[in-house]
Amino acid sequence: MTGIGVGVGAGARGARRVAILGGGPAGLAAAQAALAAGARVTLLDEGGRLGGQYWRHHEQLTDRRLQHGWARFERLRGVLDRAEVHNGASVWSAEASDGTLRLRAVVGPADAAGRTALEVEADAVVVATGAHDLALPLPGWTLPGVTTAGAAQALAKRDGVTVGRRTVVSGAGPFLLPVAQSLAVAGSEVVGVHEASRLGGLAAGWLPRPWQLAGKAGELVEYVGALARHRIPYRVGSGVVRVLGTDRVEGVVIAALDADWRPVPGTEREVACDSVALGHGFTPRLEVAIALGAAIEGDRRGRFVVVDDAQRTSAAGVYAAGEITGIGGADAALAEGAVAGFMAAGGSLDDDRMRGPLAVRRRMRAFAARLERAHGIRPGWTSWLADDTVVCRCENVTRRTIADRADAPLRAMKLATRAGLGACQGRTCGRAVEAVVAAAGGAPEGFDRRPVLAPVRLGEVAAVGRGSDSGAVAVETAISTAGRGESAVAAAEPQ
Amino acid sequence: MIRITVDAEPLEGRDGQTIAGVLIGAGRTAWRTAQTGDRGVFCGIGVCHDCLVTVNGVEGVRACQREAVDGDRVEREVRA
Ligand SMILES: Cc1cc2nc3c(=O)[nH]c(=O)nc-3n(C[C@H](O)[C@H](O)[C@H](O)COP(=O)(O)OP(=O)(O)OC[C@H]3O[C@@H](n4cnc5c(N)ncnc54)[C@H](O)[C@@H]3O)c2cc1C
Ligand code: FES
Repeated sequence: MTGIGVGVGAGARGARRVAILGGGPAGLAAAQAALAAGARVTLLDEGGRLGGQYWRHHEQLTDRRLQHGWARFERLRGVLDRAEVHNGASVWSAEASDGTLRLRAVVGPADAAGRTALEVEADAVVVATGAHDLALPLPGWTLPGVTTAGAAQALAKRDGVTVGRRTVVSGAGPFLLPVAQSLAVAGSEVVGVHEASRLGGLAAGWLPRPWQLAGKAGELVEYVGALARHRIPYRVGSGVVRVLGTDRVEGVVIAALDADWRPVPGTEREVACDSVALGHGFTPRLEVAIALGAAIEGDRRGRFVVVDDAQRTSAAGVYAAGEITGIGGADAALAEGAVAGFMAAGGSLDDDRMRGPLAVRRRMRAFAARLERAHGIRPGWTSWLADDTVVCRCENVTRRTIADRADAPLRAMKLATRAGLGACQGRTCGRAVEAVVAAAGGAPEGFDRRPVLAPVRLGEVAAVGRGSDSGAVAVETAISTAGRGESAVAAAEPQ
Repeated sequence: MIRITVDAEPLEGRDGQTIAGVLIGAGRTAWRTAQTGDRGVFCGIGVCHDCLVTVNGVEGVRACQREAVDGDRVEREVRA
């Protein structure tokens, strides 16, 4: 990991105002670099503590064995005493007008009534909102005891608990390894880790240029060691295709998967367990970037914010870094964040301090491409869905209901089936719904366009004044208490 | 140690845990009624809204995001 030294003159009056959204590796590196380039920095994150997904922690509850690169985190956090930092700040609106970028947030305990309104104005914004797990639907996946792999990770790291005593981990990608390690350290027996990709695909992805793993390799080797120590079997070309149980998880059906992730008939076997952790990859949290007008590109397999060499998006003054530009892990996020923060603050790519981050970014982009080649979702997975399998968890919409409307335009399909119109606004099911529609002959697109950036109470939004301020120093307006009975999700309108 | 009540039943948790952490630590994995059966934590990071509970009379609180405070009254939610 490469760092960037902090220069002088940070925070001077009249300096460029840089707002950073996200306190994970990308946002923290951006803050450090923007300070080094002399900007006034405001950082917002909805979490109660800085660190994002990678450095999620709680002083008393996190087992030290689950933390990586902690010294780097402490260095990054240490620099922030010269910035304005808001934790517990959910950004629900982001807009640009007359060259000024404006973020609006509510600050306080998660989903509480009567949080404080916060408005931040800036000359440049670095969006570093990260990603969340992509867990593909399976028959039985709504049973209590089934979580995403990320949830298993977050609960182990943040709360020191595991959902079950015997857990099966299933999905795709190297992230399954730290998840298995965390479950074992936090006290669950991990019955097995099932990687959907087969050896052929893994070899094509990883073997041609093993040196690109450098940097990430140490960590991976450590996880493999942890698996061996805990006697956790790791099986490729297989996955959970059904979860068994009536009121909670009682077991799973595991099948061999072909190169397209289609279950191979006759290979099913039952395994007893009381919890399942599913993770088939990650999907970027694009809402804020889209709201600010940044162009998004890609296909059904993955759509990301488009950035140039300076991490600039297509929207003026808006930079993007980390998992929203591509899934490449914490090192990539750190490098991109450093470039984005430095450039947002008016720095230059020729600056000597950019050499390290640019080199790491080059290497990690290659790593991201190989990650996708080796572990990217294959279209055959939809064949493990039954007709009555719930695909949209919020609205309980089944595969058959969606497939029956596959030829309708997306908006009509959503209105008719209610898929993606529930509390999560399609965040959980979006990619799966698109795949089901595609498998049924439709041509879906646009599940990542959402009117609501973060859940806030209607009363809180209504009470936010339109006052603006002259610096990156935020205006705090007291707002009225949201009444009981309002949904935590504001105006979830169909699009 | 903190104490919260869940549907009037007392539960103990560790200081700093989320409400979901306290519930899971106490062996509970389901606390919301949906059309297809009970739900608990799914995404664990505030994205899916499967874990909603009512806290001190305020509905729609994500149990996986909200840090539990000694004395919190948590109630189950029943929603489609
Ligand atoms: C649940 C989960 C656990 C993970 N655990 C690991 C791990 O243990 N090891 C590993 O190598 N990789 C892990 N990853 C992969 C991880 O995404 C990255 O490698 C790394 O954390 C990416 O850094 P980032 O800065 O791009 O995003 P993140 O670390 O995801 O940071 C994004 C931040 O933006 C904030 N945010 C997003 N939207 C808003 C909003 N509207 N308002 C306010 N704040 C907002 C979030 O609270 C978050 O803190 C995990 C991913 C997930 C989803
Ligand atoms: S479990 Fe997804 S929001 Fe809490």
